[in-house]
Amino acid sequence: MSAISTKPNVPKKHSKLQETWRRFSKNGRAVVGLCIVIMLVLCAVLAPIISPYEPNAQDPRNRLQGPSADHWFGTDELGRDILSRIIYGARISMSVGLIAICISLIGGVTLGAIAGYYGGTIDNIIMRCMDVLLSIPTILLNISIVAALGSGLQNVMIAIGVSSIPGYCRIVRASILSLRDQDFVEASRAAGANDFFLITRHILPNCLAPLIVQATLKIGAAILSCASMSFLGLGIVPPTAEWGSMLSTGRDFLRDAPHVCIFPGLAIMAAVFSMNLVGDGLRDALDPKLKD
Amino acid sequence: MLKYIARRLLMLIPVLLGVILLVFSLMYITPGDPVDSLLGDNATPEAREALREELGLNGGYFERFFNYVVRLLRGDMGICYSTRQNVATRIAQTFPNTVKLASFAVAFAVVFGLTFGIVSAIRQYSIIDNIVMSISMIGISMPSFWCGLLLMLLFCVKLKWLPASGFDSFSCVILPGIALGVNSAASIARMTRSGMLEVIRQDYISTARAKGLSEFKVVTVHALKNALIPVITTIGMQFGLLLGGAVLIESIFAIPGVGKMMVDAIKSRNYPVVQGGVLVIALSFCLVNLVVDILYAYVDPRVRSQYK
Repeated sequence: MSAISTKPNVPKKHSKLQETWRRFSKNGRAVVGLCIVIMLVLCAVLAPIISPYEPNAQDPRNRLQGPSADHWFGTDELGRDILSRIIYGARISMSVGLIAICISLIGGVTLGAIAGYYGGTIDNIIMRCMDVLLSIPTILLNISIVAALGSGLQNVMIAIGVSSIPGYCRIVRASILSLRDQDFVEASRAAGANDFFLITRHILPNCLAPLIVQATLKIGAAILSCASMSFLGLGIVPPTAEWGSMLSTGRDFLRDAPHVCIFPGLAIMAAVFSMNLVGDGLRDALDPKLKD
Repeated sequence: MLKYIARRLLMLIPVLLGVILLVFSLMYITPGDPVDSLLGDNATPEAREALREELGLNGGYFERFFNYVVRLLRGDMGICYSTRQNVATRIAQTFPNTVKLASFAVAFAVVFGLTFGIVSAIRQYSIIDNIVMSISMIGISMPSFWCGLLLMLLFCVKLKWLPASGFDSFSCVILPGIALGVNSAASIARMTRSGMLEVIRQDYISTARAKGLSEFKVVTVHALKNALIPVITTIGMQFGLLLGGAVLIESIFAIPGVGKMMVDAIKSRNYPVVQGGVLVIALSFCLVNLVVDILYAYVDPRVRSQYK
């Protein structure tokens, strides 16, 4: 006679993080996106080790050479290795994406929390300011801010960060409006918790999911905005290896050396594409409606 | 309905005032003196002072802002520093080109986005669906300026089918319009697909099929009309974004639009042109959103009943 297990057949409990990861890893496209993101981050971190040449090392005898064994992505108008510049460019793009999103998260979450929690006149003032920011197309707002502050990496990050604030502000405000009168918040308030404690410990953790998704998708948008501004000559200026400015200088040689434009463009697209895939995957993994 | 439109138009006033304040402040803190770039280093102090007076650059922040708003209310957007033309005249010359470009881009995006979205939804999980959705994801991620350069390389440099610059004939609009519309087409395709998938499983669609209607009629008359509501929001938002996105495309294809005018103005510290350009685009953006909200009522009777 076979032994009969006395343990009840209870499904194994997973933490929320494990559950999210399980659903995320089932999504093939999201995993591909994550792999590309990891590759780009590694390129950014290990740039001095893995890049075959110095990004600004000029070689006038080898200018505008097509892809070859020596220069996999060819060389630009000053004979610089395009692959090395793209690898170093990942540093700029990734840091702009991350820092700009941190700026907008801090600004958006703070303003959204104040507007949603206190309501009334404060809410009205903050949300009308957000309406003003939203009524100017992002690229125009970005270039206006950069024009005022001056070009350069730091100012580009600030411009992109400020112009992304309204998105986070609206998400947090909407979440807080739906949560602030819930029983668990009332209970904590009755127990003597102050507003700051209530917002940071009880309310904000409940709107983390949409914030994470928005932040991931916005990193791609921030990379694109940075490249767009540099392309117009208003962001990061040459000789810094930045994908948008590489495209901008490369367009003068489109007829004779199209590779100078093609590879930096592919790099921008790969970065944005991978962030979008990860963002979509996270949205599906975190959305309770899609729970299996 | 008229009351709603009037209320929305009134709500535009504080937003536009905010836009004016924001852009004026940004231009005010911008480093550098436009008089330097206009007169050069050899100008006499008297000539510099006279020009500063003429351009309204004397006075403090509040005085200049107040004067600017008063002039705007009279319809005077200031004088362009480089051409000495009225800014309103310059915008009147360039804005139609930007609208023409953005309209072509929206038309391209709607036609391709809706078609691909519908095909993808009715063939869910098929190879076609996978291909269309992969292409749309690439389309969303592709920088419009890079797409413009690739189109230019193929159709202007290699095939020599279309012109690479200018804006004097319809053929000049095609490439910049497509480059500008690719992102939007991809967004509309994704939105249409998800909207259609939600609608296509509803009972009334089964009823329409059970009545013996053709699949074409079921999709176009019954499903699409209801799936269109979120799509209209996307189209409206895209139109506004395209007005802004035109900045990049106009620079690549040398199109004399508001976007190119503004980029040139920012580089030469031509503040009144930047302020006027941002104001006109923000106003258009807000008006397009208002039109989208009104369109809802025509598409969705539930929304219409709220206005009554």
